[in-house]
Formats: sequence, C-alpha cells, structure tokens
Amino acid sequence: MNVALETRGLCKSFGALTVADRINFRLEPGARHALIGPNGAGKTTFVNMLTGVLAPTSGRIVLAGEDITHLGQATRVKRGLGRTFQINALFRRLSVLDNVALAVAERLGVARRMQRAASAHVEVRSESMELLETLGLADDATQRILDLPYGKQRLVEIAIALGLKPRVLLLDEPAAGVPSLESHRILEVLDRLPREIAILIIEHDMDLVFRFAQRITVLVQGEVLVEGAPDEIGADKRVHQVYLGEQRHG
Amino acid sequence: MSAHAGGYSADPRIRGVEWLPWILAIAAFFLLPEYLSLGARILIYILYALSLDLIVGYAGIITLGHSAYFGLGAYVAGILAAKAGITDPILQLLASAAAGGLLGIVTGAIILRTRALTLLMLTLAITSVLLEIANKATALTGGADGLSGVVIAPVLGLFRFDIFGRTAYLYCLVVLFIGWWLVRRMIYSPFGTSLTGVRENSLRMHAIGAPVYWRLVLVYTLSATIAGVAGGLLTQTNQFVGLNVLSFESAGELLVMLILGGVGRIYGAFVGPVVYLIAQDFLAKQFPEYWYFGIGTMLVLVVMFARGGILGIIDSTLAKLWRKA
Repeated sequence: MNVALETRGLCKSFGALTVADRINFRLEPGARHALIGPNGAGKTTFVNMLTGVLAPTSGRIVLAGEDITHLGQATRVKRGLGRTFQINALFRRLSVLDNVALAVAERLGVARRMQRAASAHVEVRSESMELLETLGLADDATQRILDLPYGKQRLVEIAIALGLKPRVLLLDEPAAGVPSLESHRILEVLDRLPREIAILIIEHDMDLVFRFAQRITVLVQGEVLVEGAPDEIGADKRVHQVYLGEQRHG
Repeated sequence: MSAHAGGYSADPRIRGVEWLPWILAIAAFFLLPEYLSLGARILIYILYALSLDLIVGYAGIITLGHSAYFGLGAYVAGILAAKAGITDPILQLLASAAAGGLLGIVTGAIILRTRALTLLMLTLAITSVLLEIANKATALTGGADGLSGVVIAPVLGLFRFDIFGRTAYLYCLVVLFIGWWLVRRMIYSPFGTSLTGVRENSLRMHAIGAPVYWRLVLVYTLSATIAGVAGGLLTQTNQFVGLNVLSFESAGELLVMLILGGVGRIYGAFVGPVVYLIAQDFLAKQFPEYWYFGIGTMLVLVVMFARGGILGIIDSTLAKLWRKA
C-alpha cells in the first residue's frame, strides 16, 4: 500500500531565515504519528505547507502517491487531506450543527446549491448529527460556538475536520488551551477515531503525545532531529537536551 | 423578525410576521394615495438595499461602490427608452438586470481577489470611473444635464404609468416581491449558509475545501443584477436619469439605510429605507437647510446605542418582554 503522506526534501525560507530544512517525512496509512519540537521549530510552517497555505521554497509533497505540491488548499481537501487549527478557527456565531454541516455539505457537493432550503438536505443534517453524537456533542447541536465552553469548542474543531472524511488528518495542537483535567476527554475522542485515517498530531502536551502516538518525529530549527517509537524518543539524549529537558523544568 | 441566518436547522417557511411589510405596503396604497411616488421610491430603495444586504450582511463584502450597478441599470433602461426606442418596461428591466450582472461578474472577478480596505477602494474606483464615463458620454447619457425623454410603454401592454403613480407603485411592489422571494430563498439555501461561513471565517472555509473566491464572485454578480433591476425601476418611475445615481454619495447613503435598519437580517433592508426616506422627506420640508443634521443625528444614535439597527432594538426589546412574561 502507498504511503499516506510523504514529503521529500521540503524547504521553506523567508529571505535568509530557513524555517524548514530538507524535511523528509513519511506518514504510513492508519498511522498515529506525532510531530514535536520546541517553540519556533517550524511545526506550524510544516503543517501550513502540507495543507497548501504556504508554498514550499523547494521539495515535494506526495499524498497517497500523487504529487500535490502545487495544488490549492481546496483541492487538497477534496483529495482527502483534512486539518484542525491550533487556535480555534470556528464559525463563531453559527450553531455547532452548522459548523459541522458546512464541512459535510462541501464534501457532498451540495454547498453551492440554491434551489432548496439547507434544512431540506436531510443527508447533510443526519450525517452531521451522527458525527456530533460520536463526539458527545449532540446535546449542544443548536448552541452557538460563542456560548460553548472552550473544551467543547476544541471537539467541534475535530468534528469539522471529520466531516470532510479525510484519509489523512493533521491535528494542530488539539488540546491547546484545554485544562489538563479536560484533555483526557480530547484523548478519548482521538483514540476512537477511525483506524483507516492516518493521523499526524502536533502537540505540546507530552502526556497526550506519548499516550496517543505510535511514532514520533522531533523537529528542531526546521530540521528533523530524530524519528522513532515513543520509547526510543523518550530515551534519546539529544531530545532531552533540546526539548523534553526544558519542558520538565518548565 | 429576528436575524434571518438560514442554516441547516433553520425552518425556511415564511412566518406570519414576514407578511407584515406586504400588508403595510398594500394598505399604504389605499390609505396614502398622495404619497405613492415617495412610496415607489421607497420600494426601489428596499430592493437596492436588499441587494446590498446580500453581500454586506451575509457574505461580509464591504463596499462603497454599489451605485455602479444601480446606476448602470438606471442608464441602460433610460438609454433604451430615450435613444433606442425600446419602451417595453419588462424588456428594459431585463436589460438592466443583464447589464448589472455582467458588470458585477467582470468587476467582481477582479476586485474580490482583494479584501478589506483595498477592496473598499476598488469598489469606490469602479463607481467613480462609471460616473466619469456617464458625465463625458453626453450623446448617450445627457451628461450633467441628465437623460430625459424616457418613454415607458404600459406594463404588459395593459397598465399605463399614470400621473398619480399608482401603476408605478404596484409595479415596483411586484418586482420587489419577486426579488425578496429569490433573496430569501437563497439565504436559506446551502449556498446562503456557505456565504455566512465565509463571513464568519473565510480561512476555515478554505480549509474545508470551499471555493471561496467563486462563491463570492457568484453572490456579487447576483447582488449586482438585483441592483441593476432597482436602477432600472428608478428610471422607469422617474422617467429621467441623473448622474447622481452613480455617485459615491448614493452608495454611501444606501449603506447608511442598511445599517439603520439592521445588517444581515433581510428585513433591515425594508426598515432602513422606509425610516430614512420618510425622515428625509419630512425633514427636507420642515427644515430645508438642516435636514442632513437630523439624518446624521439618527445615524450616530443607531451606531452608538443599537449596533443591530432598528430591528436590533426591536429584537432586544421583545426578548426582554419575553423574559418578563
């Protein structure tokens, strides 16, 4: 089977500043892979290149065997690449249901229709409701995002991405800003995600990373420092020096 | 009359209170026969404001140049009637719609690649260019003197435009009704919901795979088409076209009307022009020199104390009463 997502020699520089330096990365089908690294390591830049927000200076991005380096954001989504955002990027004044339904409608190709009312598109409604039920958000369906506690907003963030039925899902700090007492709720949801989705998670919460990921890549100053299974990474001296050490003290 | 947001759980059926504007409009026809020309003008501005609400209130496109499409529609109807001898009003309106839509798609495709202040400047530039063309092309437009000699045949060959403005009023009412019905339907559709998505967070719309740019070009074109029709109606009821239809002041005035009524709620586009144009008519008679002062005061009060416009005030008052009851 093909690699789900792969980058070959991916570089990005802003003038003299190099924020991604020849990144070779492979995400296997069904993977639970984490990308970690200290602040400013270039994690978000990497995700932005994968999703098409930023164009790489050089290198290639391959999704399920297809070169997507020069495709636009929307096309990549259609090919099965979904993402969540580090900072809540929700439709704040719309209901929870509508937040998810917008994504489902785009995927089903009904979002540009004008003839019938949105609520008459039962397939969009019912699929969105099912999704909310699996994430334990069904009771909040009619709430506006504005009126929702932050932890639940993070779940809506994931629900929107799942509405796209991605083959590859990039989770950009899914637990950011969530009190640690509630982050287990996020982990529960992540654990129950369909196995056929390959997941790349970018996260600062090391508990979450080590419990969730089966493989970890450490990025430092735009370069891959090391990649391996969680216990290998946990035992790696260099990783402790640049990253885990800092964290434990802080 | 709360905000009409559409969405996947919104009931699209027309509620009882939504018939109120139509009942009032018909009542006004019988009860206020001496005000029918003002009435027709109000109906035209409601249609014009409705087209603006579609892009400002729902899609979140800020513009100060909507008069370009309104003015073009007005001139197309006028030139057809005065120079080309095409006097059928329906035919003229179709031409106004086509012209507005065509200009909408061409200019929209260019300017909607930009956003915020750049976009605002470009909308201003478009209407300024058109104004200058209309000013210079005197053979077609009459330039600063305006275009007179506009001849309008009876509607459907049956209803002549009478001096009391009865035909004009009902004709505008019917066109407005069709426009309202289409806009409302669009707002409740998946397309309308995706527009509110773009307004709320265009970044996220890109990330869920929506072709944001094309959606905006489409809604801009539809809005320009409706504005073109409104312009055509103005020509037909006035039987004259002046340069002011293309002016930046006219676009700004329209935005003021919409904000006054309430943005992004369909019926704000109804309330705003009614209050604004009646206040203007009243103040201009009572205080011919200071009437803009009254309008200005009204706007300052609305912006300071009622961000949702007049409908916003009504909404929050009703909500308070509801809680007490």
